[in-house]
Amino acid sequence: MNAFDKVTAARSVDKLTSMDFIERMFKDSFIELHGDRRFADDKAVIGGVAMLHDTPVTVIGLEKGRNLKERMERNFGMAHPEGYRKALRLMKQAEKFKRPIICFVDTSGAYCGIGAEERGQGQAIAENIMEMMALKTPIISIFIGEGGSGGALALAVADEVWMLENSVYSVISPEGCASILWKDSSRTAEAAEVLKLTAQDLFKLGVIERIIREPKKDEYKAFESLKVLIGRTLEKNSRLSENELVETRYNRFRKFGNS
Amino acid sequence: MFNGDIFTFLKPKNELESQPAKKGSEENRPYIPDAMWVKCPGCKDMILAADMEENNRVCVKCGHHFRLSANKRIELLADIGTFEEMDADLQSKNVIDFPEYTRKLKSAQIQSGESESVKTGVCKIGGIKTVICVMDPTFMMGSMGSVTGEKITRAFEYATRNALPIIACTVSGGARMQEGILSLMQMAKTSGAVKKHSDAGLLYITVLTDPTTGGVTASFAMEGDIIISEPNALIAFAGPRVIEQTIRQKLPKNFQTAEFLLEKGFIDMVVQRSDLKETLYKLLKLHMFEGEVLPV
Ligand SMILES: [Zn+2]
Repeated sequence: MNAFDKVTAARSVDKLTSMDFIERMFKDSFIELHGDRRFADDKAVIGGVAMLHDTPVTVIGLEKGRNLKERMERNFGMAHPEGYRKALRLMKQAEKFKRPIICFVDTSGAYCGIGAEERGQGQAIAENIMEMMALKTPIISIFIGEGGSGGALALAVADEVWMLENSVYSVISPEGCASILWKDSSRTAEAAEVLKLTAQDLFKLGVIERIIREPKKDEYKAFESLKVLIGRTLEKNSRLSENELVETRYNRFRKFGNS
Repeated sequence: MFNGDIFTFLKPKNELESQPAKKGSEENRPYIPDAMWVKCPGCKDMILAADMEENNRVCVKCGHHFRLSANKRIELLADIGTFEEMDADLQSKNVIDFPEYTRKLKSAQIQSGESESVKTGVCKIGGIKTVICVMDPTFMMGSMGSVTGEKITRAFEYATRNALPIIACTVSGGARMQEGILSLMQMAKTSGAVKKHSDAGLLYITVLTDPTTGGVTASFAMEGDIIISEPNALIAFAGPRVIEQTIRQKLPKNFQTAEFLLEKGFIDMVVQRSDLKETLYKLLKLHMFEGEVLPV
């Protein structure tokens, strides 16, 4: 598969969404919580509490929706500022109750629109990034489809970032890159290639810690092993002192472009 | 006699997202300092370039704020002879081997006379020592690459270690796509350094200038304790053109200007360039530690 095939696979409507992962991994233990306490409940972001084996966790996901009706409701996974603020509220709550955080990332990007700008899309993303940098509880982010720029990063300032093998993470969409740089939308595939946006490229660049095999819809064993892997990683990070945890996360990002 | 293309700064706002390099245009065109007349995008009048330059690049007729290079802004804000640059030797590399990037960097360096899109250092403002980061609009439209992020991060770390306030003057088209994901990571890196500085109880002031967009808006630009903007500056996450294309409708006239953000509650004040230094001085002074006196 070339880079653009990966982009296509990552965007496929058959791809499992955050809700699919939450249902399969946490079953009935997931209790959804709503709203940012400031403006609204953004359905592009799902969040709540759940049990990972015997450990209470906070789970947050960017949700694209699984059919047309859901996709419309969830704005195709493109969050508004209130979505990011809801996520931050739940993360702060997790910190308070010393729960680790698991984020699922799947978005083409933060929504571009009048309301989103009016309500401070840039400020909301900036605040998430800054606060996550110093959050005193372990965080894992898993990219399960598309990771579109700042709108994805706002849920991915984590101790470890993992990606499904057919997922992508990029500073700009290949379409955007081709049209801005070359003014030529026919060169999208080429842009996908040079942006180095596949899980495999990003692993090589040291931007992610693991590539996860794509689980099939009803491959329950795969979700079980993912849970075990998450559990082990969270446990390892839970043993660090709060300062060590935050310092390690700082250094994880500090190293990019430090040469 | 007036050639509307001479000042590439003067393009209408909606064109500001990085444009592809056309042969022999924009990027490679030399800046001509002695061009006599410029058309002011504010009042549409022809004004004498020399008057505008003399007036800190503000239109003498209507007060329109033209863009300011990093050097000019440092000259405007820092007490004479007090600016000491840090990390001037850091140079961007083409880490992901992006086509044309090496050449683009070189021409940006030639065109701007700067080594990167930000200049960092320490200076004094009204005698008060502060760290300062100033972005340059002529260097790849102030885009944030790894070295931009690194210099800003180091400036914050220096300020934290030395218990100094910090001022960041932003102008940026956003993250630099030629560095792929590594440019995105700079948003996290710089924000982490801002947070540490903040947790140390130190003052961070941002000065947003036209245009501040994308990954810079969605990171350190919006993280200041106090956020100032120059009049009429475009401040956005998604640029107006991208939004118009997405929602297929015209945007309200005032949309995404500094004044609009002030009304919506996202910035503290809009300050004229002529008052900027004094405003910063007053804020710095008010945040000095108890019992601290100026070393004069
Ligand atoms: Zn004018």
